[in-house]
Amino acid sequence: MTHSRTFRILRALGLLAFGAFFFVPLLALLDFSTQVPGDAPGRTWDAWTYMVTDERLRSAIVASLLLAVLTVTGMVVLLVPTMIWVRLRVPRLNRLVEFLCLLPLTIPALVIVVGITNVYSWVYYLLGGSPLTLTFAYVVLVLPYSYRAIDSALAAIDVTTLAEAARSLGAGWFTVITRIVVPNIWGGVLSAAFISVALVLGEYVFSSLLHFDTLPVAMAAIYKSYAQASMAAALASMTLVAVLLLGLTFLGRRRERKGMA
Amino acid sequence: MTAAHEGRQGLEVELDGLTRVYGSLRALDDFSLRVQPGELVALLGPSGCGKTTALRILAGLDQQTSGSVRVGGRDLSGVPANKRDMGMVFQAYSLFPHLTVLDNVAFGLKLRGRSRSARTERAREMLELVGLHEHGDRYAAQLSGGQQQRVALARALAIEPAVLLLDEPLSALDAKVRVQLRDEIRRVQLEVGTTTLFVTHDQEEALAVADRVGVMNAGRMEQLAAPIELYNSPATPFVASFVGLSNRLPAEVADGEASVLGQRVPVLDGSVTGAGLALVRPESISLEPSAEGHGTVVAIGFLGPVSRVQFTVPGQPEGAEPLLAQLASPDATALRPGDRVDVRVDPAPVLVVAG
Repeated sequence: MTHSRTFRILRALGLLAFGAFFFVPLLALLDFSTQVPGDAPGRTWDAWTYMVTDERLRSAIVASLLLAVLTVTGMVVLLVPTMIWVRLRVPRLNRLVEFLCLLPLTIPALVIVVGITNVYSWVYYLLGGSPLTLTFAYVVLVLPYSYRAIDSALAAIDVTTLAEAARSLGAGWFTVITRIVVPNIWGGVLSAAFISVALVLGEYVFSSLLHFDTLPVAMAAIYKSYAQASMAAALASMTLVAVLLLGLTFLGRRRERKGMA
Repeated sequence: MTAAHEGRQGLEVELDGLTRVYGSLRALDDFSLRVQPGELVALLGPSGCGKTTALRILAGLDQQTSGSVRVGGRDLSGVPANKRDMGMVFQAYSLFPHLTVLDNVAFGLKLRGRSRSARTERAREMLELVGLHEHGDRYAAQLSGGQQQRVALARALAIEPAVLLLDEPLSALDAKVRVQLRDEIRRVQLEVGTTTLFVTHDQEEALAVADRVGVMNAGRMEQLAAPIELYNSPATPFVASFVGLSNRLPAEVADGEASVLGQRVPVLDGSVTGAGLALVRPESISLEPSAEGHGTVVAIGFLGPVSRVQFTVPGQPEGAEPLLAQLASPDATALRPGDRVDVRVDPAPVLVVAG
């Protein structure tokens, strides 16, 4: 393909503008997080080491990472078999499941929290006050995004025919789901997982109002006393999510290449 | 039954009184079929006639409302699809996209707990059978449609199925590949000797590959017979008009003979007596140029070795379709539109239906 000179210049400018839009705030974060507090000259990594040395921040980070893992696990276990089953066996429920999964998107988080507070007093009573109990709420919270990702992956393959072919060859339903359908929607499951991680690492409203100390809550609290540490944590979590998403892109590309000549 | 099936170890298939009701629709209506061991039966009919429903019930992918399914004498009611040992090839491409061709073919054997070496050997054998042994490492996306369906055939046969089920396996393919693959399916089927049910809406396909063809209409079997019998002696008007082309010529039946265009022609069982319409194949009609002939040529369609000539005769209803005669091309091309011709009907038995 040949592109005109103007096109190439415009494209380079566009990329440059996009890069600047994306990276300048991150660089500013890096710059600020390495400043010595109180306008003193010089650079320091104190704010970054603070993430590990400060008890509160460290446990908040651990809690958020564990929450991310638990939420993804819960979402995958709940959503993937349900969606496959509905598609294969009860397609008339498809609309209902879609509606239920998209519902959390249409209700403001604040409203959900107010409603859910009473439930959480029971959760607290039964399971204790660990921030990991937020998993229940987060699985619901990530449903709309995960649903979309998995749904489009399912739409890209002929699930019904593949399942029937596998069954005629002797596969039971469990084998059909684990060995035939899941491997073919793996890209969609992965992107659902990564979107969920990104959401959980950035979620503030639920954890703050239910009084759990997760990373965003701790960051907001520390921001007032030690802004640099808060910025370092923000940059770290954003970098983590960016790395995950980049990984997803490359993983997806490799799978695509494998499937082509 | 032809000699080709003797000594084969295929199983007998008995579908007995199958009815399948979807809401207010009777997809199958007291449908019965008995397939001999090693036989290839094609189910032929227009879309919605119930042929695919019958196949899916046999496969266990659909449930009959009533009736029974027996394979090799064993009642399969209540046996799930994955325990029925049916090799199935679908109309839609159904290779597992994440597995190589070889792994696709070996999939059924893996589920049956065969060792890696045993299933690889069997899978290679099957790929050899369909002429794709060099494509074992490829993925479905790297194959043409025809190749994918061959792999699907190899995959279905790898498990040594009780019955091979082909659900319009050629419908998604180009015309040329379709003919090639249809002959190949027949070759492979004769080689392995598996009892086979082949569902299609393409009459040429059905007539070319099957030992017997079952013509279906509205959930019922209209006629089950060898291709040549089906073609020459249709049992019902539906079969006569669905299989091949038929002219409808006014006829008068008496004493087992019909008078068609002034000629005496024997009639088939099931014909009416008295006045009716004789269903006459285009190739049973010949046209001779003659100045006194009462036929008039309307148009000539060249089809290669043969040509189809449209003509009219006096006494046809106003606005009726012209009649069709199939002639050898050299004879047909000697004719011109407007020519007068003598119309002769071969004395082959015809079905006469109520007019």
